[in-house]
Amino acid sequence: MMRQNRLLYWLVLILGFAFLYIPIISLVVYSFNESTLVTVWSGFSLKWYRSLFDDQVLLSAAWLSLKIAALTATAAVIIGTWAGFVLARMGRFRGFSLYVAMVSAPLVIPEVVLGISMLLLFVEMGSVLGWPEGRGAFTIWAGHVMLCMAYVVVIVQSRVHDLDRSLEEAALDLGAPPLKVFFAVVLPQLAPALLAAWLLSFTLSLDDVVIASFLSGPGATTLPLEIFSRVRLGLKPEVNALAAILIGLVAVGMALAHWVQHRRAR
Amino acid sequence: MKLSRSFLPPARALAIVPPYLWLVLFFLLPFLLVVKISLSGMQFGVPPYTPLAELEEGVLRLTLQARGYIMLFTDNLYVATYLNSLKVAAITTLACMVIGYPIAYCIARSAPGVRNLLLLGVILPFWTSLLLRVYAWIGILRNDGLLNHALMWLGLIDTPLEIYRTDLAVYIGLVYAYLPFFILPLYAHLVKMDMRLLEAAYDLGARPWRAFVSVTLPLSRNGVIAGAMLVFIPTVGEYVIPELLGGANTLMIGRVMWTEFFNNTDWPMAAAVTCVMVLLLLVPLALFQHNQVRQLEQR
Repeated sequence: MMRQNRLLYWLVLILGFAFLYIPIISLVVYSFNESTLVTVWSGFSLKWYRSLFDDQVLLSAAWLSLKIAALTATAAVIIGTWAGFVLARMGRFRGFSLYVAMVSAPLVIPEVVLGISMLLLFVEMGSVLGWPEGRGAFTIWAGHVMLCMAYVVVIVQSRVHDLDRSLEEAALDLGAPPLKVFFAVVLPQLAPALLAAWLLSFTLSLDDVVIASFLSGPGATTLPLEIFSRVRLGLKPEVNALAAILIGLVAVGMALAHWVQHRRAR
Repeated sequence: MKLSRSFLPPARALAIVPPYLWLVLFFLLPFLLVVKISLSGMQFGVPPYTPLAELEEGVLRLTLQARGYIMLFTDNLYVATYLNSLKVAAITTLACMVIGYPIAYCIARSAPGVRNLLLLGVILPFWTSLLLRVYAWIGILRNDGLLNHALMWLGLIDTPLEIYRTDLAVYIGLVYAYLPFFILPLYAHLVKMDMRLLEAAYDLGARPWRAFVSVTLPLSRNGVIAGAMLVFIPTVGEYVIPELLGGANTLMIGRVMWTEFFNNTDWPMAAAVTCVMVLLLLVPLALFQHNQVRQLEQR
């Protein structure tokens, strides 16, 4: 009976993780394929990496995306931390349910809904206030902040709940004003969570196709938009090379985070 | 002294109001605008819709056009697309449950060290681009792709299976993309479970299957619901995955809305499609919201 269970346990885990990881591994493997036919292996080659670095369109799209992602992550962390702290520590207030709904809906609501609604906001603002005049990097950034903020709120809110309140209470009892308590006591304890939230926001912004499609304008083609317009027609080997580089960066980043955590633990 | 109480009314309001206003301005208001545009007429110009209210010689004229909605409910294609989107989302959610539950269960019952590593394994794909991971499936599912090569090499099939650009490919892509969203909340519930309850069931003579059905399953119910909503709601409006993996006849409401908006530049129609989509999602959204509030209150 026990052995059968062990077998089942390993079978489930191996099949499950194979399902999650085979696509990722196949991307990396085929990026080194010599053939133009992405699915037929004909030999090891780095030529797709070379053609990737000659691809000015893809590179400038990547640069724009990195800038938008960094600005998105920073703004989302600032606003999301504020909103998450309110959710965790202000108790119930009037309109609490609406607040929870607004703050968590972007997590699940289909991206096309977020995209069209943000676009209509900017179009209406443009015609009523005369600003923003057109669409571009700025509007993409604003849309991404709205999306990422929801994730930041979830992370911050659950971390604030786990904090030891006695530290805050001690500071308050010693006469520190609440705002000072927040910046001097709460925020430092949140630092690892904020870093994680920043990185997650960065990743989400770097990956978004749908919201960017609605909010982009002439001259503002982000990396996912460029990739999407290429791959909807089929396989593109230079995209495999790009994917392999991004996956490599994530793997290195994860290993680094793991190493830092272990060193601190020791 | 609690921090919440130390913020006296003016300070407390100062803390609450800014994020509240921000959300009203950037989430609620845009959505109300979608409702508004869905009732206006289409025109060629900038913006490509007519205003709802016009002031002409001291007379305020309000024009509401239900054209989009009438078309939605009379054209069978739209009705079929909505029904199909709900079906696709339901089957995807069910598949995530069947595949995800055993995975979450096995991770939760692993030794603590192994558990964290396995959990990292589930989270890690989140950090790589979903677009690129879905793209990878094109290479796997194509007629000359990895899967067909493997199956033919094993001698299981003689002719390649047609999967790429079919509904099956869309299901595979959706389950693949949303599986971690189901596993994570479920895992959080399973790992918190009081194991003494299970031991009590065993001591009372329950067989493993019986103990699972009458103890573990009911205790993980909220995790299953949370995970199911995280899969079902976004799947209904999914655009990228059906566009990349599905065929021309894979009917999904997100794709229809996209076509109305970008190809036909019929913004009022696209807005009406969106409104009805959200209306259909109201019950699952309420369920999700209920879950969120309860989680906040349980702490």
